[in-house]
Amino acid sequence: MRRFLFRRAAAAAAVLLGTTVVTFVLARVVPSDPALAYLGPKARPEQIAEIHHQLGLDRSLPVQYVNYLGGLVRGDWGISIGTKQPVTSEIFGRLPATLELLAAAMTVALVLGIALGVIAAVRRQRLADHVIRMLAIGGVSMPAFWLGLLLQVTVFGQLGLFALTGRNDPDLEFTDPIQEITGFHLVDALLTGNAAGFTDTLTHLVLPALTLAAYPIGVIARMTRASMIEVLAADHIRAARAYGLRERMTVGRIALRGALPPVVTVAGLTLAYSLTGAFFVEVVFNWPGLGQFAATALLNADYPAIMGVTVLGAAAYILVNLAVDIVQARLDPRVRLA
Amino acid sequence: MTLLSATTAPVDAVRTADTPAPTRLRRIVTAVLRDRLALVGVVLVGALLVLAVFGPWLAPFPDQGRGVADVAHRNLAPGTGGHLLGTDPLGRDVLSRIIIGARPALLTPLLTVALAVAVGVPLGLLAGYRGGRLDEAVMRIADMFLAFPPLLLAMVIAAMLGPSLTHAGIALAIAWWPWYTRLARGLAAGLRDRPFVDGARALGLSDTTVLARHLLPNAAAPIVVQASIDIGTVILASGSLAFLGLAAQAPTPDWGLMVSDGRSYVLSQWWLSALPGAAIFLAVLAFNLLGDALRDILDPRAVTR
Repeated sequence: MRRFLFRRAAAAAAVLLGTTVVTFVLARVVPSDPALAYLGPKARPEQIAEIHHQLGLDRSLPVQYVNYLGGLVRGDWGISIGTKQPVTSEIFGRLPATLELLAAAMTVALVLGIALGVIAAVRRQRLADHVIRMLAIGGVSMPAFWLGLLLQVTVFGQLGLFALTGRNDPDLEFTDPIQEITGFHLVDALLTGNAAGFTDTLTHLVLPALTLAAYPIGVIARMTRASMIEVLAADHIRAARAYGLRERMTVGRIALRGALPPVVTVAGLTLAYSLTGAFFVEVVFNWPGLGQFAATALLNADYPAIMGVTVLGAAAYILVNLAVDIVQARLDPRVRLA
Repeated sequence: MTLLSATTAPVDAVRTADTPAPTRLRRIVTAVLRDRLALVGVVLVGALLVLAVFGPWLAPFPDQGRGVADVAHRNLAPGTGGHLLGTDPLGRDVLSRIIIGARPALLTPLLTVALAVAVGVPLGLLAGYRGGRLDEAVMRIADMFLAFPPLLLAMVIAAMLGPSLTHAGIALAIAWWPWYTRLARGLAAGLRDRPFVDGARALGLSDTTVLARHLLPNAAAPIVVQASIDIGTVILASGSLAFLGLAAQAPTPDWGLMVSDGRSYVLSQWWLSALPGAAIFLAVLAFNLLGDALRDILDPRAVTR
């Protein structure tokens, strides 16, 4: 297991290095000059040359790459053209909001997805199964930004439930401000015993989290169903039933445990997918996270900000995939021996 | 696979190049007809293709569909004033804009996937067939791209190139080709040492001929399945780029852009966003259903699910 871990971690590090090559090349083939972005269109040639020198753009490409890599490691990710703030402080200041949204969505997706998948497998070819399969394929086909708008129109607009946009009500700042400890408002409100803050956060979190969860619910439900059907047909389940174990025990404990490894894998993959999905949910719900920052940066050609988000996104993606590999290896010895 | 009953007969995973084509086609048609969800997918895809091809003749207000304003009839609710799906703040018929928008909405993803396949598959087949250093080099480059979430990579490249529909398509193709390289490489590596490939080589056929005539036909089924599923994914991805403003620009009728434009009015005029979004949803759903059905039929390993 230790050798497996070492090999996988080394491979992930190599791939991460590779992604910095891609972002570096992307940043260098940009048609526009970063000096102009800082100085504006009326810059004099000597000013431009000065900025080029400051940014190291007058060096050779390999030297530039090494400098770029050094900056990444030191935490110097450049200055956002849009906000004139260091990209790292912009990104890491917004990260908790995005992580809270992702955590909420994945919790909902795991609970609902596995439950629906098990029900579909047990009620195979019955009405419940058909309905769940329709829901699952609908969930994976639905654009997140559209589902978000639909929920805003119906649940908030018609029923008046939950909140339309934002992470907290603006008035909460004055009545019951949330003290940031972990950056997760739900947790922080709980830790400080801020009941009003907790309710307010939850009210704002429900719709975006449901929107982001739709795709993972679909994928997890499909995989759970498929995996459960396979396991329920296995001999040891027949034996358990013949032995007279209660059905709840057979399905809920024995079969589900055997069916989980592939579910863990797809859950990890959908988490990686949802990293990007969160961008759109954040835009629709005006959620003050990384995705909203990235969307603005993308539209305004804020290259340092774009590159920072991209490197972070790739790193997170690689880490999630690594975690999936490790969990899978723990659950299934064949993987780590391969 | 998961959503369909496993009524289709098991099929050999790898078939020889001389399998007569008509039987396979007939088998696909029979299997699709037998499966209701697959049939829904086929009907939806057919309807979308009709809209994409004949849209300009089917739309009730083709000029408004293309962007001509009609300020006298602004913000009409669906069903009023002869506008089945209502009008937008510029008075343009929403139905016409959705219909005229079908062509770019389908064409961009189709071309994108075709481009990704055209680049990715030959590279992957070559890498898997030759092995060695070439394999290493190709796959390490592919790995660099595979390390990014594909949609994020596409968004970044589209933003770098500057927002336009063509650039969005190129960006999506750059993000998607390595997935085909990896798939084709695996398939070619598995086929490389099979007797029929050895035989072809022993006959003195060139590498190109072996790849094109013997490896490709045997690797085709999983690639077709992947491509058909990816069309749905790429429709979703290109709609997402358009929603962010990184693809088509106004006044082009683009579904994703229409959803985005309608956002400011979402509580008062829901139809502006909800209906074009429904078009994206149905298009993605159609290709997902079709892709699932094709996977059932062409990829027997998935049938057991």
